[in-house]
Amino acid sequence: MTTVTDDSHHDDHHEHHIPTGIKRWLYTTNHKDIGTLYLWFAFIMFLTGGAMAMVIRAELFQPGLQIVDPNFFNQMTTVHGLVMVFGAVMPAFTGLANWLVPMMIGAPDMALPRMNNWSFWILPFAFLILLSSLFMEGGGPAFGWTFYAPLSTTYSNDGTALFVFAVHIMGASSIMGAINVIVTIVNMRAPGMTYMKMPLFVWTWLITAFLLIAVMPVLAGAVTMVLTDKFFGTSFFDAAGGGDPVMFQHIFWFFGHPEVYIMILPAFGIISAIVPTFARKRLFGYASMVYATASIALLSFIVWAHHMFTTGMPVGAELFFMFATMLISVPTGVKVFNWVATMWRGSMTFEVPMLFALAFIVLFTIGGLSGLMLAITPVDFQYHDTYFVVAHFHYVLVTGAIFSIMAAVYYWLPKWTGKMFHIGLAKWHFWCSLVSVNVLFFPMHFVGLAGMPRRIPDYALQFADFNKWISIGGFAFGLSQLIFLALLIKACKKQGEPVSGQVWEGAEGLEWEIPSPAPYHSFETPPEVK
Amino acid sequence: MNQQQNQANNKIVIKLLAIVVGMFGFGFALVPLYDVLCDALGINGKTSDIAAVYESVEVDKSRLVTVDFITRTNTGMPWEFKAQTRQVKVHPGEMNQVDFYVKNPANTDIVGQAVPSVSPGPAALYMNKTECFCFEQQTLKAGEEVIMPMQFYVDPQLPKDITYFTVQYTLYNVTSSSEGVAMNRG
Repeated sequence: MTTVTDDSHHDDHHEHHIPTGIKRWLYTTNHKDIGTLYLWFAFIMFLTGGAMAMVIRAELFQPGLQIVDPNFFNQMTTVHGLVMVFGAVMPAFTGLANWLVPMMIGAPDMALPRMNNWSFWILPFAFLILLSSLFMEGGGPAFGWTFYAPLSTTYSNDGTALFVFAVHIMGASSIMGAINVIVTIVNMRAPGMTYMKMPLFVWTWLITAFLLIAVMPVLAGAVTMVLTDKFFGTSFFDAAGGGDPVMFQHIFWFFGHPEVYIMILPAFGIISAIVPTFARKRLFGYASMVYATASIALLSFIVWAHHMFTTGMPVGAELFFMFATMLISVPTGVKVFNWVATMWRGSMTFEVPMLFALAFIVLFTIGGLSGLMLAITPVDFQYHDTYFVVAHFHYVLVTGAIFSIMAAVYYWLPKWTGKMFHIGLAKWHFWCSLVSVNVLFFPMHFVGLAGMPRRIPDYALQFADFNKWISIGGFAFGLSQLIFLALLIKACKKQGEPVSGQVWEGAEGLEWEIPSPAPYHSFETPPEVK
Repeated sequence: MNQQQNQANNKIVIKLLAIVVGMFGFGFALVPLYDVLCDALGINGKTSDIAAVYESVEVDKSRLVTVDFITRTNTGMPWEFKAQTRQVKVHPGEMNQVDFYVKNPANTDIVGQAVPSVSPGPAALYMNKTECFCFEQQTLKAGEEVIMPMQFYVDPQLPKDITYFTVQYTLYNVTSSSEGVAMNRG
């Protein structure tokens, strides 16, 4: 509490002692503690899901079946996807929101601190259930993270019930987190902080939270239908009983497409915070960024069937979903051009957060362009379910979402710990990740176009050389993250040079006006925003 | 945090929870919505499961439409199932009958459900069946064989560009989920 130097008016009831040890973390309702918990949880899940990716890449290192049997391979692809989406990317963004949203809008804490504690602490149990199913008889879920019926109904094992229960808990956690973010942003902004003065990270999270509230319940409905179809004799997706397996895909992707924007909109907010700082210019086109984010969110509800072009839709519907999908590249393009325009004639320096942000802009755009290719209905018939799709969504999720999370961690870590991180390690982490991630994912475009299907543990001989390189890139990328782990442990031990409140020369915003490390209770008296 | 702030928070939380509950319901509402949309737009190749009434239909002698019949049995369905007539050429509006042969070669009673699918999908709207075995579940005793009739006419409103379509019936084994039905008929 000695660091609370700027809060001259703090009330007496905040002086009560903080529980120590495990109880501090179990009982905490402090947004900074919960943010830290979310971020560490996400990082552990990132390493767990990454280990599964290593199993996949080891098996695919050469053609033939050598390391794992195909059923286990399927479990690896499935659980890798689930862990990365629901365990790594989404909790990492929620952790950043917890840490940053109150500090950015001048609020003392999140609006619903007790619910905040709950929404984090149910999450480890969801993943305990999901991951433990891997060690049970029959193994874990093996139907792909998209759990298409009838793979998840007729052809799955009884462990599916555990999968369904785990997804329910993850969904409940996300919904609670989203409600908290919305209430905080709507009710707890400092005086003078109008909506159009909010930092873009706050804006993108507000919109993301609405997306979460709209689609996570639909996912809950979809898994419930799978559960009742499998165990209670309903036939939502069973043609014999009057259902339709294709309907599963409609319901799933009605959730699934907004979900991919849930995983990228906060990234746009992060990049929009970092680029102006290191270009030492104000963000170009603030208002257009807000409107672009909102349009992406709205459009995300009318494009879902582009995941299903090969299901035999009528031509009219295929054209509609093709054009609607292409329309999304307009607001996304607005964002990319705004970032480039922000850097134009700026006094740029290349600190580690900026390196990650620049890599994000270039590599996310590559992922966006391959997405545009996939949107073209006739060619999608060739690309569908190939490694081209795998390349596409890993460019937007790994070099997109995850690079933005790393950029965010490097950008705000000195604010959190009060010490500059080990810059040498950070640069090693960046350059090793940048090179290896491209060795890992870029050749996937080629093998995909040449016809290598995804989710198969074996492949035709002509893909052997490319897959060897992809696997080497994969192992290198995985090892590179251990540098990040070492850096984070050093940072948590509070090693490094002390930093000022502003940390970065060009940084602007309320979070930079409080001392570093950020005091346990910040903005107990709301700041005045001009 | 003061009382006023709490109340303001609760107001938004209640609204947001209402959205959550509403969207959970919407997920389930998608199920009937899907069927309604597919029926209305005729985009899923599903024919109506209610018998059509054949009266005062004008026969369009000016054109012939070719209709193919394909049969298949789903995994776990041992029945032999085939159309007695593989292909018919019909005038729109004309009444036709096609018979289907089924045999249950297993040594247990089995309940089957046939599910139709029309390709190209838009033709499904114009495939009017006045009688079909697919309207209800069929029970065959061990070793039993029957001829199942299907009567239909093609709606004269059928777009001119559709000259050929295929009707496929898939037979599903629904014995386990229709125990009660089987007993009643047995």
